[in-house]
Amino acid sequence: MATERLFQIRAISGHVGTVPGGGMQHELEVCKLVDVTTCIGCKACEVACVEWNKYPFRETTFNNTYQTMPSTEWNYWNLIKFNEHQREDGTQMWLMRKDQCMHCADPGCLRACPADGAIVQYTNGIVDFNQENCIGCQYCVSGCPFNIPKFNSSTKTVFKCTLCSDRVGSGLEPACIKACPTGCLHFGTKSEMTELAVARATQLREQSGFADAGVYDPSSIGGTHVIYVLHDAKHPELYGGLPADPQIPFSYTYWKWLAKPIGLMIALLGLLAVVFHYIFTGPKRPQPEAREGDV
Amino acid sequence: MTTSAEPYDEVVQRDFGGLGRTVVHEGELLRHPTYTRFLHWTVAIFFFAALLSGLAIYSPWTFRWLAPLFGGGPMTRFLHPWFGVGFAVAWFFQFLNWRGVMTWTDADSKWLREIGRYARNEDKVEPEYVGFYNGGQKLQFWEIVFGGLVLLITGLLMWFPEITGRIAVAISYVLHDISALIMLGGIFVHIYLSTIGQPGTFRAMTRGAVTRAWAWTNHPAWYREVTGRDPREDCEEARRRLANRERAVKDFELGHPEPTRERNPRE
Repeated sequence: MATERLFQIRAISGHVGTVPGGGMQHELEVCKLVDVTTCIGCKACEVACVEWNKYPFRETTFNNTYQTMPSTEWNYWNLIKFNEHQREDGTQMWLMRKDQCMHCADPGCLRACPADGAIVQYTNGIVDFNQENCIGCQYCVSGCPFNIPKFNSSTKTVFKCTLCSDRVGSGLEPACIKACPTGCLHFGTKSEMTELAVARATQLREQSGFADAGVYDPSSIGGTHVIYVLHDAKHPELYGGLPADPQIPFSYTYWKWLAKPIGLMIALLGLLAVVFHYIFTGPKRPQPEAREGDV
Repeated sequence: MTTSAEPYDEVVQRDFGGLGRTVVHEGELLRHPTYTRFLHWTVAIFFFAALLSGLAIYSPWTFRWLAPLFGGGPMTRFLHPWFGVGFAVAWFFQFLNWRGVMTWTDADSKWLREIGRYARNEDKVEPEYVGFYNGGQKLQFWEIVFGGLVLLITGLLMWFPEITGRIAVAISYVLHDISALIMLGGIFVHIYLSTIGQPGTFRAMTRGAVTRAWAWTNHPAWYREVTGRDPREDCEEARRRLANRERAVKDFELGHPEPTRERNPRE
């Protein structure tokens, strides 16, 4: 992908050795801020996403909801999740959240991926899939706490939101940001966006009566490069199943990076054991044996 | 069904003897009929295909070079589950073929308690209670039965993640690895003991026949079963005859100080 030359790489999936060209230049971490409190559910971001990425609008299912489809798909990376929430005082409230790849600082997809270069994390925080290196094992699907990577069964490769790495590499903001009419979406550096998000959450708490308003930037995966401002940060599950404590399965963390190599070493000790058995104990021959060199 | 009165190899010979031909020369015993050998090597081919393609995915940082053998990463990923299916099917038939003779007995428990003596080669000839298979071989058989079952189930769960979900895949991932690693460790021991570790064994899986000396050395109870003779006595008899022959050769050499030529010292 063209973006590989534009961005400095931080991590490569299934890669032997160091990451090429690390630390060559100073790059700021980028961040998308989604202020769900000002989202009107117009779905302009959904349209902008499929338009920019040149995907045709895909078939969908109608589930008695305003939501375009039940979940994001391999060629539909951006989806507003709608939830009609009943509050404690009995009033109704729309909870609308723009669902897309969170671009985690510690990406579970990249940890799980066994294919060299299929998933790349740039220094600016964007996690990108290179389909030409994808082997179609779908471990990334299992590694992701947000149910984002989606398998294309005809190409046997996995797709997801790129945070418009092609646009960002050219100095443009992502397509969804460009399309948003309410200012609910912002794009900038991680520190700027965090500052803005905290200020907005404070405003919601102090002036709008949302006592539990807060910023969603989960520390369990080292933070994300898409952060939310929520009316109720204590219950992120209400917003279309946003996990309160996203976790990468143990299989792709300690097992993969520690136990796996050790386990392989232990299994290979079997080879060493038989070699030394042959040297120290020797073979067991059918009896009786002729005495060698003594006839 | 296999009964104690009917030796295992007679049963398989009766049931599957029509498949292929196994030549048993004078002084040899039938060990594995063609059917068993065919299954063994079918299992072996699928095992190694699955092992090598699996290692390429298991640890790309070490075994990435194995992927091109199967046509690159995506093809390796595509073929690996099918190799697994092939292994499972072939192994299932081998399981049916061997399940009777692999039944665990008291003799095997006894053998397992004495495994240290076996590993250190302390007995020139195996204890008299060791039958067609010893405890170690049976242990490996059952390990592959249950380990194979784990590989099959977890493999299927990982093959269809759309149905099973991410947590099932994540758990299967670890169990699949552990089961495969145990088999990987076991295969070294298996290959070693069937080739250079115990000379005379490999032909059992190629030609299908073994020498009587191999049989009374490694599987005395089986030798007794198929020949009706005492393995220890026959071994001692062979030892006496060998000693006599060696003595005769020595006497001959004393009478003829010139070195004799064209004689194999092992005969």
